[in-house]
This record gives sequence, C-alpha cells and structure tokens, in this order.
Amino acid sequence: MTIMTSLVYLLAAILFILGLKFLSSPRSARRGNWIAAVGMILAVGWTVVMLRGSFTLAGIIICLMGIVIGGVIGVIGARLLKMTAVPQMVALFNGAGGGAAALVAMAELLKLTDRHLAFPIGFPSVFAVAIGGISFAGSLIAFAKLQALIPGTPITYPGQQVVNGLLGLVILALAFFLLAMTSPAVGIIGLLALALVLGVTFVLPIGGADTPVVISLLNALTGLAVAASGFALNNFALIMAGTLVGASGTLLTRLMSNALGRSLGKILFGAFGQVRASTGAGAGVDTRPVRSGSADDIGTMLAYARSVIIVPGYGLAVAQGQHALRELADVLGKRGVEVSYAIHPVAGRMPGHMNVLLAEANVPYEQLKEMDEINSQFKQADVALVVGANDVVNPAARNSPGSPIYGMPILNVDQARTAVFLKRSTRPGFAGVENDLLYDPRTIILFGDARESLTRLAIVVKAA
Amino acid sequence: MNVQLVVLFTYFVLALFIGFEVISKVPTILHTPLMSGSNAIHGVILVGALLLAASAQAPTEVVLGFVAVVLATTNVVGGFVVTDRMLAMFKGPRSGEEARREE
Repeated sequence: MTIMTSLVYLLAAILFILGLKFLSSPRSARRGNWIAAVGMILAVGWTVVMLRGSFTLAGIIICLMGIVIGGVIGVIGARLLKMTAVPQMVALFNGAGGGAAALVAMAELLKLTDRHLAFPIGFPSVFAVAIGGISFAGSLIAFAKLQALIPGTPITYPGQQVVNGLLGLVILALAFFLLAMTSPAVGIIGLLALALVLGVTFVLPIGGADTPVVISLLNALTGLAVAASGFALNNFALIMAGTLVGASGTLLTRLMSNALGRSLGKILFGAFGQVRASTGAGAGVDTRPVRSGSADDIGTMLAYARSVIIVPGYGLAVAQGQHALRELADVLGKRGVEVSYAIHPVAGRMPGHMNVLLAEANVPYEQLKEMDEINSQFKQADVALVVGANDVVNPAARNSPGSPIYGMPILNVDQARTAVFLKRSTRPGFAGVENDLLYDPRTIILFGDARESLTRLAIVVKAA
Repeated sequence: MNVQLVVLFTYFVLALFIGFEVISKVPTILHTPLMSGSNAIHGVILVGALLLAASAQAPTEVVLGFVAVVLATTNVVGGFVVTDRMLAMFKGPRSGEEARREE
C-alpha cells in the first residue's frame, strides 16, 4: 500500500467512526449516515484510482457491470420497499455483504499455492468463508421469515441443537484440514456449502419475534467476516470497518435482546422450541367465546373516554393504517380526550420500527411514550386501544412460566378499564402464542382490517 | 508471525474497542437505523471485491469477482439509502414532507 492509500483509508475509517457515533443520537443520526457514506465513497473511489494500472479487460467489464447492477438493485430495493418491509431488506443487504466477503476470501484461498502463507492469509480467509457463508444463508432465512415466505414460528426437529453443533465441528475440522492441503479447491467449496447449511439450520428454529435480534447478530458476523478478508488482503480499510461493525453490532445485539427482556442464549438456542409442547397442551382455547363490538359502540366509548392509550403493533403497519390512526387520534384530541401512544420496544418487527412508521404519519413526537414511561398509566386509562398488536400485550409473558414469551416485558393493557382490540381474527401473533387477554370479559374486539376499522371509528367519534 | 501481521492485529484490537465505545449509549428508537447504518459500513467489502475483480483473468476469478462486486455494491448502496429513508422520518413534519416528495 502506498502512503496515499493508507492516508485515504485512515480518513475513511475516521468517517466511519464518526458516522457510527452520530448515528447513535437522534438529532445527528441522518448526518451520521451521510458521513459514513462519504467515507465509503472515499475508500471505494481511491481503490479504483489505485488499481487503474492493473485492470484487465475482463476486470473493467465485471467491475463496471457489477457496480451498475448492484447499485440498481440496492436503490430499487431500498427506495421501492414499503416502510413495513424495512427489517427484511436490512437482512437481505446484510446477506449480500456476507456473501461478498465469503467470495472474496474464497478467491484469495484459491490463489494460494505457497503453504508458508497458510497462517497470515489462509487462516483469516477460511474464517471469512465460513462466517460469510453462515451470514449469507442465515440472512436469507431471516428475510424469508419476515417476508412470510416460510412460517415465522420456530421450525424445530428432534436433536436440532446436536445437528447444529456437529455441523459447526465439521466446519471447524474442515477449516483446519484445508490449511494443510495443497490443492484446496474442492475443500473450499465444501466449506462454503457446509457454512450455508449451518446458516439455514441456525436461523430456522429461531422464533419470528426474535428475528430482528438474529439479523443484528448476523450483521455483526458479516462485519467480522469482512475484517477477516481484510487480514487476508492486508487491507486496513476492511479490517477497520469490518471490526467496527463486528464490535458495535455485537453490543447492539445485546442491547436489542435486553429490550426484549430475554438473554441472547435463550433466543439463539431454541428456548422457544422446547417449551412449545407445554403450551400445545393448553390448545383448543380457540373455542372460548370472545366479546366483539361494533364500530358504533366502540367509537362512542372512545368519544366519551377521558384518556385513551393507543397500542400500535405490526398489524397496523401491514394494513398501512398509521395515517387513519393519526386521524382518529386527532378527532379524539379535538374532543378533549387525552391520547397517547404506548410504544413497546419491539413493536413492529424491530426495535424503533413503530416510531419510524408513526413519524411517517406525522404523529406528534411527544405523544409517543416508551414502555417504562407509560406502563404505570394504564391503570388510569379508560380505554387501551390495541391496533394490530398481540404478543407485546399478552399477559402470559408475565403470568405463565411455561409460555415461550414468558419473561418478555409487556405493555399493561390488561390493567386498563377496557381493552379494545382491532384485529382481523383471534389468531395468535407472530410468536405463535395464544393471548388470554382476548377472552377477558373486559376486552372488546372489533374485527376487520385495521385501516377500515380506524376510519369507521373516526367517523363515529366525529358524529358523537 | 511477522511484523506486518502484528500491525494488522493491532488495528483489529483497537477497532474492537472503538466499536464498543462508540455506540455505548443509544436510545431504543435508533436501534434499527443504527443496525442498518452499520450494515452499510461493512459493505466496505466492495474494496476487497474490486481488488479481486480488477485483475481477474481466469474464468473462476471473473465469476467470483463479478458476483462479489454485485453483492457488495448492493450491500453498500441499499444499506445507505434505506438508512437515510428511515432517518428522514424522524425529523419534523416539514422535512417529512420533503422526504415524501423526493420519492
């Protein structure tokens, strides 16, 4: 590396660090993202300048085509998606990075002929192939779960942990074996294949509600895979940026699982799967009667309430009902009803997801209350209006130790005078757990599409 | 073990510490944008993909290099754009409208 290259990469690394720093404070977050992007343009742009003499014809073609195609996919994917689909797009982009890291390291390994390089180049390359492969396949499965291409509920089979453990050991053994082989091509492909399989089997048993935490973990893993490729390529920019993401991503994963009130170990190693059987015994609850109300009844009740706490959930996002919800809150506010929104840390599909969706609908920031702030106020609330949320208000998380969501902090909707659920059916939420609150005598359900229900309620409130 | 490797390892260890320190206090609402932003940053693997693709000659290198460049660029571009879109929503109503007009 020339001095100029080192200096440009150093500048890029500083911009990445500042970017992350700014990203962790609400006021500067958007600027932080731009700062990091400038760092990326510097690093990539200078690399092209540096390489100008060594491009082969094929090299020019694939670089140009690759950047154009990747850029178009990236912009279209990021621009056209609905805000509700953000988590799965992050998973896809992360998988792409993991895949790239695995391929770069693979190419580096295939070039290796001198065994003396085994440690400085071979070891990190093998690591990058394995971790990048796991991250790629795992991210695709997380995407498929969130996109409902495969069921969000944990997919388990007997001996799953043992199989995953064995797979991990085989990968480890193969990795060391590879370092000692003279023509490792077949072994490398085998390693990548095994890593892909492990990525799939690792994410399959993880419950849908925990998927965001896993995406964060895979994000950190991709960072480490990138750093490992950096070791193999002797490239400061890759090591620095990859490690930054690896470290901050690991910490962020911990913060997220804390927000869920669950340990990372419990999320990753199938606590969900094991307790499944015990809740299954209580099944058949579907036949219990529920109290359903009409939009007229519920609208009138809302209009004459003193305080209403709105609990938005993923169902609201799916129905694209955030604007209708704000309109209802506005008409209630005009009548003097005290309205606030209770935001569970993982409302939606990811921490902070619901804040983004409600901000999009111009809901005043000061009406959004975090869980710890609002939980004590449910006792005084006349109505808790639950729009498309289920797991985050399920008292089973507090009361039944056998439940898969036991221990997750929830919003105390059951303490409000009346709980109103806007739901399409009494079907369980993302975690696949029955919600007893739906069958509580103080609960009224307004069946139907969340957006239509909200619009009808607003009309009733206006007329009341 | 050579000196160069030790130097690289030094970068690695220091970057670990910076990574932990730099985001130690982050409010819940920023978890998703932060994850997405750091996701874009590891797209720096594009540098590695370009190093590989630029001098590609053998068919395997061409294929690996091409796919790596596509994947890495998707990671970088998609990552930054989607993060910016998310964060645009956090601002006041006026800039929220601007963001929508852009789309």
